[in-house]
Amino acid sequence: MDLSPLLLSVKVAVISTAIVFVLGVFLAHLFAKRQFFGKSIFESLFLLPLVLPPTVVGFGLLILFGKKGWIGSWLLEAFDIQIVFTWTAAVIASVVVSFPLMYQSAVAAFDSLDNKLGDAARTMGASEWRVFRTITFPLAWPGLLAGLVLSFARGLGEFGATLMLAGYIPGKTDTIPMAIYFAVEAGKMEKATFWVVIITALGFSTILWLNWWSKRNLRRFASEKR
Amino acid sequence: MLEVSIRKRLDHFELDISFQAQNEIIVLAGSSGAGKTSILQAIAGLTEPDSGIITLNGKSFFNGKKNSLPARSRNIGYLFQDYALFPHMTVERNIHYGLHKQTTATTGFIVEQLLTVLGISHLLDKYPHQISGGEKQRVALARALATEPDLLLLDEPLSALDEETREECQDELLRLHELWKIPFLIVTHSRSEAEKLGDRVLHLKKGLLVNESRGTMKETPAH
Repeated sequence: MDLSPLLLSVKVAVISTAIVFVLGVFLAHLFAKRQFFGKSIFESLFLLPLVLPPTVVGFGLLILFGKKGWIGSWLLEAFDIQIVFTWTAAVIASVVVSFPLMYQSAVAAFDSLDNKLGDAARTMGASEWRVFRTITFPLAWPGLLAGLVLSFARGLGEFGATLMLAGYIPGKTDTIPMAIYFAVEAGKMEKATFWVVIITALGFSTILWLNWWSKRNLRRFASEKR
Repeated sequence: MLEVSIRKRLDHFELDISFQAQNEIIVLAGSSGAGKTSILQAIAGLTEPDSGIITLNGKSFFNGKKNSLPARSRNIGYLFQDYALFPHMTVERNIHYGLHKQTTATTGFIVEQLLTVLGISHLLDKYPHQISGGEKQRVALARALATEPDLLLLDEPLSALDEETREECQDELLRLHELWKIPFLIVTHSRSEAEKLGDRVLHLKKGLLVNESRGTMKETPAH
């Protein structure tokens, strides 16, 4: 049995989660507890991939990253880099669909923090970066980790937009969801079943762990507030 | 010397206040929502007045919106109403948070002295959720003073404590002030506390200074 879909899926999900984490934490920190004109428009845009059909997201990404797309054509001309039909395309698709989950978790985590803690640090001479590093980030970590895990799981299961942007090239862009779809298409039910079991086990254990972990953390937090 | 003369539009009224403070205890008294906390925040640099000036010992903190020193450069101790101790750090790390990496002999001595005066040496390894309200208050005081501030701001420092602990802590504050010899600015809505602690009591109503009195219960003025 060729295990490359598992390795590729994990590779794509890990890289996409890393990008989404940095981007999500940065934007959420920028937007949380701040009101400005146009904020809700930005936030709606961030969350849009959550409600749009995957085909629409894939279509949008093709318009941007396709060979004749706005960014795709520039990358091709300037650097001779092609995005479509590569695993990079799978990463981009994963980033776009899992970003809303990370962003929402991070905003909720930052919003729930007590402003006075940061203020206390500032009066003691801490720079904004030190406040973030020593106060905001560690205290928001439970929420951030939840977003991280959800993004990873979402990236692992991404299919629709990936299919449109990365296509199905065995050994190159065949993540597990892809492998399942095309195995069924070709009537290879055994192969499909194998990957279904693998990805279900992965997803199930992720959520199981997250639930266990967040309950443990809630208990710890509840005892701290007393 | 602390000089404050600021105006700031708040939700329901305009804060407009001027006062000066030597190395004494000034109490800002008044019902809740009179703008007392806003004054402390403006002095600490956590909120900006609309106009006015704030100076401490000749150093300008605020002189119009374009000349505002960030909170981290003002060297002020701030005791928050619910103490705002960092829940994920031990008492020791809380107190050391504002100290520079290389602790000099003097700062080491000051921290030691604070721990002794406040009687909290045995709490260093504890987390904030493991200690009582009165202990939290003392830890927060130690943390605010450890940076050797030029001014100490206290926002309802004793409101969360029971009667007995409150009286102890009032005496402690007076003792610390004797030792530290910097201006203390205390916000309270308790009349008896104001009279016991304050060298001068400024009474506020809807952002305006309506009356100034001397603390009647203080035996010796601080200067």
